Amino acid sequence: MLKNTHDGYGWLSIVLHWLTALLVFGMFALGLWMVELDFYNPWYKDAPHYHKSVGIVLAVLIGLRLLAKVRQTSPSGLGKSWEQTTAKFVHYTLYVGLSSLFLSGYLISTADGRGIEIFNWATLPSMGEWFANQEDIAGEIHEWLAYSLIALVSVHALAALKHHFIDKDTTLIRIIKPLTQNKDIT
Amino acid sequence: MKKTLLAAGLLSLLSFSSLAADYVIDTQGAHASINFKIKHLGYSWLTGGFNQFDGKFSYDAAKPEASSVAVTIKTESFDSNHADRDKHIKSDDFLNVSKFPEAKFVSTKVENLGDGNLKIMGDFTLHGVTNSIVIETQKVGEGKDPWGGYRAGFEGTTRIALADYGITYDLGPASTYVELMLNVEGIKQ
Repeated sequence: MLKNTHDGYGWLSIVLHWLTALLVFGMFALGLWMVELDFYNPWYKDAPHYHKSVGIVLAVLIGLRLLAKVRQTSPSGLGKSWEQTTAKFVHYTLYVGLSSLFLSGYLISTADGRGIEIFNWATLPSMGEWFANQEDIAGEIHEWLAYSLIALVSVHALAALKHHFIDKDTTLIRIIKPLTQNKDIT
Repeated sequence: MKKTLLAAGLLSLLSFSSLAADYVIDTQGAHASINFKIKHLGYSWLTGGFNQFDGKFSYDAAKPEASSVAVTIKTESFDSNHADRDKHIKSDDFLNVSKFPEAKFVSTKVENLGDGNLKIMGDFTLHGVTNSIVIETQKVGEGKDPWGGYRAGFEGTTRIALADYGITYDLGPASTYVELMLNVEGIKQ
Protein backbone atom coordinates (compact mmCIF):
# COMPACT_ATOMS: atom_id res chain seq x y z
CA MET A 1 0.00 0.00 0.00
CA LEU A 2 2.91 2.31 0.70
CA LYS A 3 4.82 1.47 -2.44
CA ASN A 4 3.87 1.69 -6.09
CA THR A 5 2.65 -1.41 -7.89
CA HIS A 6 2.45 -2.22 -11.56
CA ASP A 7 -1.14 -0.93 -11.60
CA GLY A 8 -1.13 2.06 -9.32
CA TYR A 9 0.65 4.40 -6.96
CA GLY A 10 1.30 3.73 -3.28
CA TRP A 11 0.53 6.17 -0.49
CA LEU A 12 4.07 7.58 -0.50
CA SER A 13 3.80 8.71 -4.13
CA ILE A 14 0.21 9.88 -3.66
CA VAL A 15 0.97 12.04 -0.62
CA LEU A 16 4.13 13.48 -2.18
CA HIS A 17 2.23 14.25 -5.40
CA TRP A 18 -0.58 16.20 -3.74
CA LEU A 19 1.71 17.93 -1.28
CA THR A 20 3.77 19.10 -4.27
CA ALA A 21 0.61 20.26 -6.06
CA LEU A 22 -0.54 22.23 -3.01
CA LEU A 23 2.84 23.88 -2.50
CA VAL A 24 3.36 24.64 -6.20
CA PHE A 25 0.02 26.43 -6.52
CA GLY A 26 0.54 28.18 -3.19
CA MET A 27 4.01 29.35 -4.18
CA PHE A 28 2.81 30.57 -7.58
CA ALA A 29 0.02 32.61 -5.99
CA LEU A 30 2.31 33.91 -3.23
CA GLY A 31 4.94 34.88 -5.78
CA LEU A 32 2.47 36.76 -7.96
CA TRP A 33 1.01 38.55 -4.95
CA MET A 34 4.22 39.45 -3.13
CA VAL A 35 5.91 41.24 -6.03
CA GLU A 36 3.00 43.70 -6.18
CA LEU A 37 3.02 44.55 -2.46
CA ASP A 38 3.75 48.17 -1.70
CA PHE A 39 6.51 49.24 0.67
CA TYR A 40 4.18 49.88 3.61
CA ASN A 41 2.27 46.61 3.34
CA PRO A 42 2.73 44.56 6.55
CA TRP A 43 3.60 41.55 4.36
CA TYR A 44 6.29 43.38 2.35
CA LYS A 45 9.09 41.69 4.30
CA ASP A 46 7.40 38.46 5.42
CA ALA A 47 5.85 37.34 2.12
CA PRO A 48 9.23 36.94 0.34
CA HIS A 49 10.62 35.32 3.51
CA TYR A 50 7.92 32.63 3.45
CA HIS A 51 8.19 32.28 -0.34
CA LYS A 52 11.90 31.50 0.01
CA SER A 53 11.47 29.25 3.05
CA VAL A 54 8.66 27.21 1.51
CA GLY A 55 10.59 27.12 -1.77
CA ILE A 56 13.51 25.40 -0.08
CA VAL A 57 11.20 22.95 1.68
CA LEU A 58 9.58 22.21 -1.70
CA ALA A 59 13.01 21.66 -3.27
CA VAL A 60 13.80 19.07 -0.58
CA LEU A 61 10.40 17.46 -1.15
CA ILE A 62 11.05 17.18 -4.90
CA GLY A 63 14.44 15.65 -4.11
CA LEU A 64 12.69 13.02 -1.97
CA ARG A 65 10.12 12.43 -4.72
CA LEU A 66 12.80 11.80 -7.29
CA LEU A 67 14.51 9.44 -4.88
CA ALA A 68 11.21 7.62 -4.26
CA LYS A 69 10.63 7.49 -8.00
CA VAL A 70 13.92 5.80 -8.82
CA ARG A 71 13.75 3.46 -5.82
CA GLN A 72 10.41 1.86 -6.73
CA THR A 73 8.51 0.74 -9.80
CA SER A 74 6.33 3.17 -11.70
CA PRO A 75 2.85 2.03 -12.70
CA SER A 76 2.64 1.28 -16.40
CA GLY A 77 1.27 3.99 -18.64
CA LEU A 78 -2.33 4.18 -19.71
CA GLY A 79 -3.86 5.28 -23.01
CA LYS A 80 -2.49 5.36 -26.50
CA SER A 81 1.21 5.13 -27.20
CA TRP A 82 1.55 8.84 -28.06
CA GLU A 83 -0.35 9.73 -24.89
CA GLN A 84 2.05 7.68 -22.78
CA THR A 85 5.08 9.25 -24.46
CA THR A 86 3.66 12.75 -24.01
CA ALA A 87 2.77 12.06 -20.38
CA LYS A 88 6.33 10.89 -19.67
CA PHE A 89 7.76 13.93 -21.43
CA VAL A 90 5.49 16.27 -19.41
CA HIS A 91 6.41 14.54 -16.14
CA TYR A 92 10.14 14.84 -16.79
CA THR A 93 9.77 18.44 -17.95
CA LEU A 94 7.91 19.26 -14.75
CA TYR A 95 10.78 17.83 -12.70
CA VAL A 96 13.42 19.65 -14.73
CA GLY A 97 11.36 22.86 -14.70
CA LEU A 98 10.84 22.75 -10.95
CA SER A 99 14.53 22.11 -10.35
CA SER A 100 15.46 25.07 -12.59
CA LEU A 101 12.91 27.16 -10.74
CA PHE A 102 14.58 26.33 -7.42
CA LEU A 103 18.02 27.12 -8.79
CA SER A 104 16.96 30.45 -10.34
CA GLY A 105 15.17 31.48 -7.14
CA TYR A 106 18.22 30.61 -5.09
CA LEU A 107 20.46 32.64 -7.41
CA ILE A 108 18.31 35.79 -7.04
CA SER A 109 18.60 36.10 -3.29
CA THR A 110 22.15 34.84 -2.87
CA ALA A 111 23.72 37.13 -5.50
CA ASP A 112 24.99 39.45 -2.76
CA GLY A 113 26.70 36.65 -0.83
CA ARG A 114 23.93 36.40 1.76
CA GLY A 115 22.38 33.03 2.48
CA ILE A 116 18.64 32.35 2.58
CA GLU A 117 16.86 32.06 5.91
CA ILE A 118 14.63 28.99 6.11
CA PHE A 119 11.82 29.93 8.56
CA ASN A 120 14.57 31.22 10.90
CA TRP A 121 15.46 27.57 11.53
CA ALA A 122 18.62 27.56 9.49
CA THR A 123 20.42 29.42 6.73
CA LEU A 124 21.07 28.01 3.29
CA PRO A 125 24.47 29.53 2.46
CA SER A 126 25.18 31.61 -0.62
CA MET A 127 27.63 30.37 -3.21
CA GLY A 128 28.40 33.93 -4.24
CA GLU A 129 27.80 35.71 -7.51
CA TRP A 130 28.17 33.34 -10.46
CA PHE A 131 27.64 35.94 -13.18
CA ALA A 132 27.08 39.68 -13.57
CA ASN A 133 23.65 41.10 -12.79
CA GLN A 134 22.74 37.71 -11.39
CA GLU A 135 19.72 38.94 -9.44
CA ASP A 136 18.17 40.47 -12.60
CA ILE A 137 18.86 37.59 -14.98
CA ALA A 138 17.90 34.89 -12.48
CA GLY A 139 14.79 36.92 -11.68
CA GLU A 140 13.71 37.03 -15.32
CA ILE A 141 14.27 33.29 -15.69
CA HIS A 142 12.45 32.56 -12.42
CA GLU A 143 9.37 34.51 -13.52
CA TRP A 144 9.34 33.02 -17.02
CA LEU A 145 9.79 29.48 -15.69
CA ALA A 146 6.98 29.95 -13.16
CA TYR A 147 4.46 30.90 -15.85
CA SER A 148 5.64 28.11 -18.17
CA LEU A 149 5.39 25.53 -15.39
CA ILE A 150 1.87 26.56 -14.47
CA ALA A 151 0.93 26.28 -18.16
CA LEU A 152 2.43 22.79 -18.25
CA VAL A 153 0.69 21.86 -15.00
CA SER A 154 -2.60 22.87 -16.62
CA VAL A 155 -1.89 20.52 -19.52
CA HIS A 156 -1.01 17.80 -16.99
CA ALA A 157 -4.28 18.33 -15.06
CA LEU A 158 -6.45 18.60 -18.18
CA ALA A 159 -4.95 15.38 -19.49
CA ALA A 160 -5.81 13.64 -16.21
CA LEU A 161 -9.40 14.89 -16.43
CA LYS A 162 -9.60 13.77 -20.06
CA HIS A 163 -8.47 10.27 -19.07
CA HIS A 164 -10.99 10.18 -16.24
CA PHE A 165 -14.08 11.52 -17.97
CA ILE A 166 -13.56 10.66 -21.62
CA ASP A 167 -11.36 7.56 -21.65
CA LYS A 168 -12.78 6.43 -18.29
CA ASP A 169 -9.49 4.84 -17.22
CA THR A 170 -7.74 4.83 -13.83
CA THR A 171 -5.22 7.64 -14.53
CA LEU A 172 -6.78 10.03 -12.01
CA ILE A 173 -8.10 7.45 -9.54
CA ARG A 174 -4.72 5.79 -9.08
CA ILE A 175 -3.07 9.03 -7.94
CA ILE A 176 -5.89 9.57 -5.41
CA LYS A 177 -5.87 6.16 -3.73
CA PRO A 178 -3.81 2.98 -4.10
CA LEU A 179 -5.46 0.42 -6.35
CA THR A 180 -5.63 -3.19 -5.26
CA GLN A 181 -5.26 -5.86 -7.92
CA ASN A 182 -8.41 -6.36 -10.01
CA LYS A 183 -10.48 -4.32 -7.61
CA ASP A 184 -11.47 -0.69 -8.03
CA ILE A 185 -10.45 -0.87 -11.67
CA THR A 186 -13.38 0.12 -13.80
CA MET B 1 53.71 76.81 -47.91
CA LYS B 2 55.39 74.25 -45.63
CA LYS B 3 56.46 76.96 -43.25
CA THR B 4 52.96 78.41 -43.03
CA LEU B 5 51.57 74.96 -42.22
CA LEU B 6 54.20 74.42 -39.58
CA ALA B 7 53.51 77.83 -38.08
CA ALA B 8 49.78 77.14 -38.10
CA GLY B 9 50.44 73.80 -36.45
CA LEU B 10 52.62 75.33 -33.78
CA LEU B 11 50.08 78.07 -33.22
CA SER B 12 47.26 75.59 -32.77
CA LEU B 13 49.37 73.60 -30.32
CA LEU B 14 50.12 76.79 -28.45
CA SER B 15 46.50 77.83 -28.34
CA PHE B 16 45.51 74.34 -27.12
CA SER B 17 48.00 74.44 -24.28
CA SER B 18 46.53 77.69 -23.08
CA LEU B 19 43.10 76.02 -22.86
CA ALA B 20 41.95 73.93 -19.90
CA ALA B 21 43.52 70.49 -19.71
CA ASP B 22 41.42 67.44 -20.50
CA TYR B 23 41.10 64.68 -17.94
CA VAL B 24 39.64 61.20 -18.17
CA ILE B 25 37.92 60.06 -15.00
CA ASP B 26 39.89 57.19 -13.49
CA THR B 27 37.15 54.57 -13.33
CA GLN B 28 39.72 52.03 -14.51
CA GLY B 29 41.61 52.35 -11.24
CA ALA B 30 38.38 53.03 -9.34
CA HIS B 31 39.53 56.40 -8.08
CA ALA B 32 36.04 57.69 -8.63
CA SER B 33 32.68 56.73 -7.22
CA ILE B 34 29.04 57.69 -7.58
CA ASN B 35 27.34 57.17 -4.26
CA PHE B 36 23.88 57.93 -2.99
CA LYS B 37 22.06 57.95 0.27
CA ILE B 38 18.34 57.87 0.90
CA LYS B 39 16.49 57.72 4.17
CA HIS B 40 15.04 54.38 5.21
CA LEU B 41 11.66 55.12 6.80
CA GLY B 42 13.19 58.35 8.09
CA TYR B 43 15.16 56.38 10.68
CA SER B 44 18.52 55.90 8.99
CA TRP B 45 20.48 56.50 5.80
CA LEU B 46 20.76 53.74 3.26
CA THR B 47 23.79 54.05 1.00
CA GLY B 48 24.85 52.55 -2.30
CA GLY B 49 26.11 53.53 -5.70
CA PHE B 50 26.63 52.84 -9.35
CA ASN B 51 29.68 50.70 -10.01
CA GLN B 52 30.03 51.34 -13.74
CA PHE B 53 30.35 54.74 -15.32
CA ASP B 54 32.82 56.73 -17.34
CA GLY B 55 33.43 60.34 -18.03
CA LYS B 56 35.82 63.15 -18.66
CA PHE B 57 36.30 66.71 -17.63
CA SER B 58 38.40 69.69 -18.49
CA TYR B 59 39.83 71.87 -15.80
CA ASP B 60 42.30 74.67 -15.41
CA ALA B 61 43.00 75.99 -11.93
CA ALA B 62 43.64 79.43 -13.41
CA LYS B 63 40.27 79.50 -15.12
CA PRO B 64 37.85 77.20 -13.26
CA GLU B 65 34.75 78.75 -14.82
CA ALA B 66 35.86 77.36 -18.19
CA SER B 67 35.63 73.80 -16.82
CA SER B 68 33.24 71.21 -18.10
CA VAL B 69 32.35 67.67 -17.22
CA ALA B 70 30.38 64.82 -18.77
CA VAL B 71 29.62 61.46 -17.12
CA THR B 72 27.66 58.46 -18.36
CA ILE B 73 26.38 55.90 -15.86
CA LYS B 74 25.37 52.30 -16.58
CA THR B 75 22.18 52.04 -14.53
CA GLU B 76 22.30 48.23 -14.29
CA SER B 77 25.42 48.62 -12.13
CA PHE B 78 23.24 49.92 -9.29
CA ASP B 79 24.45 48.34 -6.07
CA SER B 80 23.14 48.75 -2.55
CA ASN B 81 24.74 45.55 -1.27
CA HIS B 82 21.47 43.62 -1.13
CA ALA B 83 20.45 41.44 -4.09
CA ASP B 84 16.69 41.46 -3.58
CA ARG B 85 16.64 45.23 -3.11
CA ASP B 86 18.95 45.81 -6.09
CA LYS B 87 16.66 43.68 -8.26
CA HIS B 88 13.67 45.72 -7.13
CA ILE B 89 15.38 49.10 -7.62
CA LYS B 90 16.48 48.07 -11.13
CA SER B 91 12.94 46.93 -12.02
CA ASP B 92 10.28 49.16 -13.55
CA ASP B 93 9.13 50.19 -10.07
CA PHE B 94 12.22 52.42 -9.94
CA LEU B 95 15.11 52.78 -12.39
CA ASN B 96 13.73 50.49 -15.12
CA VAL B 97 17.25 49.75 -16.30
CA SER B 98 16.21 47.58 -19.25
CA LYS B 99 14.36 50.56 -20.72
CA PHE B 100 16.77 53.24 -19.49
CA PRO B 101 20.23 51.61 -19.50
CA GLU B 102 22.06 54.93 -19.16
CA ALA B 103 21.96 57.96 -16.91
CA LYS B 104 24.15 60.93 -17.66
CA PHE B 105 25.28 64.30 -16.51
CA VAL B 106 26.54 67.00 -18.86
CA SER B 107 27.62 70.32 -17.42
CA THR B 108 26.27 73.51 -18.94
CA LYS B 109 27.93 76.18 -16.80
CA VAL B 110 30.51 76.35 -14.06
CA GLU B 111 30.65 79.09 -11.47
CA ASN B 112 33.86 79.74 -9.58
CA LEU B 113 33.26 80.40 -5.88
CA GLY B 114 36.96 80.67 -5.05
CA ASP B 115 39.19 78.48 -2.87
CA GLY B 116 38.62 75.50 -5.14
CA ASN B 117 34.85 75.69 -4.68
CA LEU B 118 32.75 75.36 -7.78
CA LYS B 119 29.11 75.34 -8.64
CA ILE B 120 28.61 72.98 -11.57
CA MET B 121 25.31 73.43 -13.34
CA GLY B 122 24.21 70.85 -15.84
CA ASP B 123 21.62 68.47 -17.25
CA PHE B 124 21.11 65.21 -15.41
CA THR B 125 19.22 62.47 -17.22
CA LEU B 126 17.81 59.60 -15.19
CA HIS B 127 14.89 57.26 -15.92
CA GLY B 128 14.55 59.00 -19.29
CA VAL B 129 13.90 62.41 -17.71
CA THR B 130 16.33 65.34 -17.94
CA ASN B 131 16.44 68.09 -15.32
CA SER B 132 19.00 70.75 -14.60
CA ILE B 133 20.80 70.30 -11.32
CA VAL B 134 23.57 72.05 -9.45
CA ILE B 135 26.49 70.08 -8.04
CA GLU B 136 28.29 71.80 -5.16
CA THR B 137 31.88 70.89 -5.90
CA GLN B 138 35.15 71.22 -4.09
CA LYS B 139 38.57 70.50 -5.45
CA VAL B 140 40.38 67.98 -3.28
CA GLY B 141 43.78 68.31 -4.91
CA GLU B 142 45.85 68.08 -8.07
CA GLY B 143 49.40 67.28 -9.00
CA LYS B 144 51.79 64.69 -10.37
CA ASP B 145 51.25 61.06 -9.51
CA PRO B 146 54.24 58.75 -8.76
CA TRP B 147 53.92 56.97 -12.14
CA GLY B 148 54.48 59.84 -14.54
CA GLY B 149 50.94 61.13 -14.84
CA TYR B 150 49.05 64.15 -13.62
CA ARG B 151 45.82 63.99 -11.69
CA ALA B 152 43.13 66.29 -10.35
CA GLY B 153 40.34 65.27 -8.01
CA PHE B 154 37.05 66.70 -6.80
CA GLU B 155 34.17 65.88 -4.56
CA GLY B 156 30.65 67.01 -5.15
CA THR B 157 27.19 66.71 -3.69
CA THR B 158 23.73 67.28 -5.02
CA ARG B 159 20.22 66.32 -4.11
CA ILE B 160 17.50 65.10 -6.43
CA ALA B 161 13.80 64.48 -5.87
CA LEU B 162 12.76 61.07 -7.22
CA ALA B 163 9.42 62.41 -8.45
CA ASP B 164 11.26 64.91 -10.68
CA TYR B 165 12.55 61.90 -12.60
CA GLY B 166 9.21 60.15 -12.82
CA ILE B 167 10.03 57.67 -10.04
CA THR B 168 6.88 57.69 -7.96
CA TYR B 169 6.99 54.44 -6.00
CA ASP B 170 5.98 55.35 -2.44
CA LEU B 171 8.88 54.90 -0.02
CA GLY B 172 7.35 57.20 2.57
CA PRO B 173 7.50 60.93 3.24
CA ALA B 174 11.11 60.90 4.46
CA SER B 175 12.37 59.12 1.35
CA THR B 176 11.26 61.31 -1.52
CA TYR B 177 14.73 62.57 -2.34
CA VAL B 178 18.21 61.16 -2.76
CA GLU B 179 21.54 62.73 -1.86
CA LEU B 180 24.28 62.06 -4.38
CA MET B 181 27.88 62.05 -3.25
CA LEU B 182 30.41 62.12 -6.04
CA ASN B 183 34.13 61.47 -5.92
CA VAL B 184 36.04 62.04 -9.09
CA GLU B 185 39.72 61.77 -9.95
CA GLY B 186 40.84 62.49 -13.49
CA ILE B 187 44.06 61.62 -15.28
CA LYS B 188 45.35 64.38 -17.54
CA GLN B 189 45.46 63.35 -21.18
